[in-house]
Amino acid sequence: MAFSKIPISRKILSLGPIILLYVSVLNEFDFNYLEFKYFSFNFPYILIFYWSLKGEGRLSYVFVFIAGLINDVVIGLPIGISSLTYLLICVFAVYLRNITLRPSLIKDWFFFLFTILVTSSFFYSIVIIFFNIKVNYYELLFNVLYTFLLYYFFSYIFGYYLNLLRRTND
Amino acid sequence: METNRDDFIIAIRSAFLKKGTKQRFSLIVLLFFSITILVLGKYNFKGINYLKSGLNELIYRVTFIVSAPENFIKNTYNLTLSHINLYNDHKKLKKDFKALQAENFNNSFIISENEMLKAKIDDIVDSSSEILAKVLVDKQSPFLKSIIVNRGSKDGIKLGMAVLDEEFLIGKVVEVNFRTSRVLLLSDLNSKIPISVEPNSVQSILTGTGEKYGKLLYTQIEKFNLKTGDQIYTSGSGGIFKSGIPIGKVNFIDDSNEAYVIFHSDFTQLRLVKVILYENLN
Repeated sequence: MAFSKIPISRKILSLGPIILLYVSVLNEFDFNYLEFKYFSFNFPYILIFYWSLKGEGRLSYVFVFIAGLINDVVIGLPIGISSLTYLLICVFAVYLRNITLRPSLIKDWFFFLFTILVTSSFFYSIVIIFFNIKVNYYELLFNVLYTFLLYYFFSYIFGYYLNLLRRTND
Repeated sequence: METNRDDFIIAIRSAFLKKGTKQRFSLIVLLFFSITILVLGKYNFKGINYLKSGLNELIYRVTFIVSAPENFIKNTYNLTLSHINLYNDHKKLKKDFKALQAENFNNSFIISENEMLKAKIDDIVDSSSEILAKVLVDKQSPFLKSIIVNRGSKDGIKLGMAVLDEEFLIGKVVEVNFRTSRVLLLSDLNSKIPISVEPNSVQSILTGTGEKYGKLLYTQIEKFNLKTGDQIYTSGSGGIFKSGIPIGKVNFIDDSNEAYVIFHSDFTQLRLVKVILYENLN
């Protein structure tokens, strides 16, 4: 019997995106130790957008909300701000899903750029204006840029995973 | 045109309000929750502070465990690098050791003289408590540079305490939980420390840049003749830190006369740190 046919492993497979989201917010893998100047990307943004858009409800909004709280605690941001940003990304993704008749990766990709530009602006406006926390704008710009670029790469990996999930549910 | 606007409104309304078959809450409800938590947190609502404190305790521990595989990779990478650089490091250390040996002869005399002079000007001369702490989490986001240590209010940690790596200042405590605390590193953009630049005793403020180096503020470089290699110490102004804790040295001065400071301590390699409360024991 194949691993993916066993009910428990099917359950674990379906929880994959949530587990990955929690590991990424708890771990904040950032490759900082490699000391690439300005290299950073926001993996949760990519994951949340993709799975809200394509995941057919597999990514629970409640889990996204809790992941945001965890992210705030780990990074030391005002509590609730990442949840708000993550949920706004969900809103954009669901909106795109509602208006899309013929899905296209390129359109998704550029809508993702629009989404992260809006949500990041919103996020850092709150952080700077209401909480007086200073941020490095170059870091922010490169973070958005790399997050945008890497979406294309991760969408293939997630697409493969999504197909695997669909096959196991058939 | 009318239809397009209707479609847009329907799609937006659906995105906010429609729960979806596998969802327990609609997005609008959770967005409302987030905004409520954020606003209450801003005004230090007690319930949110308790929630935050409880989450901190739990999540810092879980993060420590979840980070174990990445830390292993990181440590292996650093170990490999240190092996590759072994010979060059050895040569540099030998040179430094000779220089330090020479300096050491003068130091004991200067220390006793310094203690005597400090006693006369009623300065902070000793630490009242020194707590050794293990770094639990050093996930320095590109925007905020801080670490979590495994000591909290239970161990006597207080807000504003100085944190040292060996003898070098690395930051101060900005958040205290029962068993854990957050330390804001000197490299963070939000860190501001009164310092003194030696040998001319130029008073300045050291701020973080979000990078591996800091920057001097409110100092006229030309007027005070600051040079590359000048040493940076805490000035003791403000009474939080004692004066003379080594921090780093002026690494370079750019064309617009901004002085950048390289820290003595490598903030990516922190394992054990000392948390110290300085008090005047005179």
